[in-house]
This record gives sequence, structure tokens and C-alpha cells, in this order.
Amino acid sequence: MKLYQHKNTPTALHIKADKAADDRVPDGLIRKCPKCGTEIFTNQLDEYLTCPNCDYGFRLAAKKRVAWLVDDFEEWDQDIVPSDPLEFPGYKQKVAKAHKNSGLGESVLTGLAHIKHQAFALGIMDPTFIMGSLGQMTGEKLTRLFEKATVEKLPVVLFTASGGARMQEGILSLMQMAKVSNAVAKHSQAGLLYIVVLTDPTTGGVTASFATEGDITLAEPHAMVGFAGRRVIEQTIHEKIAPDLQDAENVLKHGFIDHIVKRQNEKDTLSWLLQFGSESNE
Amino acid sequence: MKKTRLVGYYSLEVKAMNRVAMDVVKAARSEVHVSGHELRLQLFPDFFELHGDGLSGDDPAIVGGLATFNGQPVTVITTSRGHSLEERMQKHFGQPEPSGYRKVLRLVKNAAKFHRPVFLFVDTAGAYPGKSAEENGQGEAIAQNLLQIGQMATPIITVMYGEGGSGGALALACGNEVWMLENSMYSVLSPEGFASILWKDADKVAEAASKMKLTPEDLLSLDVIEGIIDEPADHTVVCRNIKQRLETELAKLQAMSDDELLKRRYERFRKF
Repeated sequence: MKLYQHKNTPTALHIKADKAADDRVPDGLIRKCPKCGTEIFTNQLDEYLTCPNCDYGFRLAAKKRVAWLVDDFEEWDQDIVPSDPLEFPGYKQKVAKAHKNSGLGESVLTGLAHIKHQAFALGIMDPTFIMGSLGQMTGEKLTRLFEKATVEKLPVVLFTASGGARMQEGILSLMQMAKVSNAVAKHSQAGLLYIVVLTDPTTGGVTASFATEGDITLAEPHAMVGFAGRRVIEQTIHEKIAPDLQDAENVLKHGFIDHIVKRQNEKDTLSWLLQFGSESNE
Repeated sequence: MKKTRLVGYYSLEVKAMNRVAMDVVKAARSEVHVSGHELRLQLFPDFFELHGDGLSGDDPAIVGGLATFNGQPVTVITTSRGHSLEERMQKHFGQPEPSGYRKVLRLVKNAAKFHRPVFLFVDTAGAYPGKSAEENGQGEAIAQNLLQIGQMATPIITVMYGEGGSGGALALACGNEVWMLENSMYSVLSPEGFASILWKDADKVAEAASKMKLTPEDLLSLDVIEGIIDEPADHTVVCRNIKQRLETELAKLQAMSDDELLKRRYERFRKF
């Protein structure tokens, strides 16, 4: 009894010892791959930020991606920042933090890019900006991207990463799904190519709109791609679901993804697809 | 388009002042309001059902088909919750599967081919969040509705008569106009889900409901809907109100050219 009270049983001492050991490892020295569990020294990760074992692509800020993806990039609408239509408590602080994390005005980076002298309109959603959620102004930037691409006869390449609708903006976030979809339709009617690259995670209202409206749909290895959240599905069907149900590989097997491409190959793949994926894209 | 309100025996503004958002949520989910089955019987007595998505199945949570409305052919689509427990289970309590959304797309495309107006009646908590729904592309099915229904050159009017839950409702409300019955709601997520995501507290439902702007009055002030249809207790009167509203709106939309219809539809969502 006394031993227990003093917390100096062998077990407690071991736990204490382990805790001390953990403390000696600096934060961020080791990253664990969420898919295969491999532990990787952070300094072994290069700019692609992929797992050397399973090729899973870690969540990557848009500005870091654009740095290795394209030859040059000219940002559009960089001064657009989130609206606060519901005047939601605490939202402004959350947005301020997101600006700091990502260096972006909204959860998507848009602009004109070139790969091997081929011009295209590029959008990259940023998972470090409120989980890439679809705010009113995210929808605005994406709509402008498609509208501008339609006018300038450019193909669009869009990297998706999103937790879905932005709850703090309520119904106006939902309306973006239809707004962007209509702009995608106009771009498509003009005979222009739209390539989507699904990255981890692409879920909810983004999956249920522009992420699944492309002419060609690529995905990164093991990216989570789904509509409903895992917990909601399990509560609905009252059973556990397979851990890979929403893995890009499984979604491909069910017919909704054209090809899985690892990050290191994305630039070359896009270059080839932009060149040969449609004849009208000069 | 000008905001219109159908005012019944006492004004909607007075009713709106005397209720909180949670009252609307409760009313929208209650069993007392009109059902999809009743709407079809009363408004479209010659309704002829067209089953299936033409691809993989026939989702019973969506009932669609042909009917005449004041003598002209129309396409009618309703969500359906079912009556018996067994029926409700099959219909997932009115939550469509991907094949339900694909059925809607097939019927709307067919309507557009013959320039037939489309009426959609929506009461759904949202798209069915099941394993099979994920595997069959729930997201893709909704996305294709948003992408393609938006471009169909025929008048498309949606009436919400209960719950309008998230993308699952939006996929049935991406046409020219959306009207709501007085006791219905339309939101990005259920207030329960909203409270649990933002405050990690599913008990703050009433607070979530009031913050979300999900009542017809709030949505009208945000221009998300065209207007509110008065909903007294008598279902015959409710159906008559809906019929009057559809007649007026359809006449307006049918006076427009195809280009005008599509242009207005684009602008309807572009403004958000």
C-alpha cells in the first residue's frame, strides 16, 4: 500500500524513466508514417516529404509544393482573405493562425504556372490552412481560377486537400460546391482540360464537388479520399470499417481514380498529360 | 429575382419572431409535416414512376417519374423516407445512395431532352454515409449532379419540405429556384454534427442551430433561397400553397430563353 502511494513501484519507475527518455528526443526529430508506421528521421525527408517505405505523401503546405512542382509560378488573387459571414466566435483568431502557418490568404493557392513551357492554371489546396476547408473565399478563388482559365484557354490542374466544408461559414460554404462546379462546367464546355490530383486528405464537400469533376483524376499513394468521415460511417452501419476503405488505392479499385502517381513523378506526369491529354490545349 | 413571400392567415414575420432556430429543427424533423408520398398523390395524381439509375440499381430513397401539371408534362422527383420500419431501413430513412443521385441525374437529363420542367421535393438528413455508399462513389455522384444538372436547359425548381442536409440536399437543389416550407431547414451539416465538430460537445445543439442560419427566414435573408411557402397544419392547404407557388414560378421560368435560364442559374450561385 505504501509503495503504491509513493508511486515508486518498478512499473511506475519504468514509466518515469521512459518519459525522461522521450524528453531527451527533440520535438520533430522523428516522424512516423501514418500509413505504414515507419519511423523516419525528419532530416532524411526531402522537399517531397514522402515516406521512403510506402510512398505516402505527408501533408504539405501549398507554397512548399509549388516550389518543386513547376518551373515558374505567378500567384493570382493573393489578397483574398476569408469572410466571416456568420460572425463566428473565435474564427478570426483561427484565420490569423492559418495565415501564419501557410503564408496564404485563403486555403487555396492559385495562379498561372509553367512546366516545360506549357502554361496552365494551377490550384493547390493547403492542408495547413484550417485543414484546407472550403470557405466562401476558397470557392471564390477557385471559381476565378476556372473563369480565368476559360477566358485564357488554359487547362487547369488542381491539387485537392480538404477536410470538407468550412463549418464556421455555414451554408455559404455549402453554396461554394455548386458555384465552383458551375465554373468547372463552363471550362469543360470550352473544350479545356481539367486534371485533378487528390492528396491526403480529400473529403466531404470537396470530394462531392470539384475534386471528382476532372477529365483525368490522379491521386497520391495512400491519400485518404472519401465523402463521409470514418466515425460517421461506423456509427451508421454499426460495424468497424476496413482501415483502407478510403485509401486512394481502394477508390481506384472501385473505378473513381485514373492513376496513382507518387510525388517525385508528378511533374513529369503532368507535363506529359498536359501535352497529350487534350488536343486543344496549345 | 424579387423576393416573394406567400402570406397565409397570419404573417410569417410574426411567426418567425416567436420561434427560435431549434423550434424549426424540431418541426422540420417531425412526423406531422407533409410526406413525399402525399405530395405526389395530391399534386400529381397521374404520377408514373420511373425506376433506376440505368447503371447499377434503383435506390428507393429517391422516387422519380413523369406526371402532368396543369396539363403539361413535368418530371417529378421526391426523396422518400418510407412508412414501415422495414421500408425506412431500405430507404436509409430518406438518405440517398449514390445510385439515388445517379437516378436523379438520369431523370433530369431525360427531362431536359424534351424541355420538360423538373420539380424536386427534398427532405433528407443528407447523403447516406455507409460503406457501400463510399465504395460506389457517393462524392462523385453528388459532384456529377452539381456539374451536370446545373447545365440542363429546362426549368428546375426545388421545394424543401423537411430537412435539407448538406451536399446530399444541395445535389437536389442546384437548379433555378429553391423554395422552403415554413417548417423546414437547410444547412451545411446537422446542428448535432456542427456542435460536435466545432465545440466537441454534441449537447450544444440549440446553440449550434441558432448560429448556423438554417431557418427559412435566415436563408432568405442570405439569398440562399427564393422564398418561403406558408405551411399551416392542414396538408391539403400546404399542397395548394405549393401548387400556386410552382405555377407562378414555372410561368416566369418558361418565359425565359434557354440562355437566360442558364445564365440566371450561373449567377444564382456565382453571387455566394
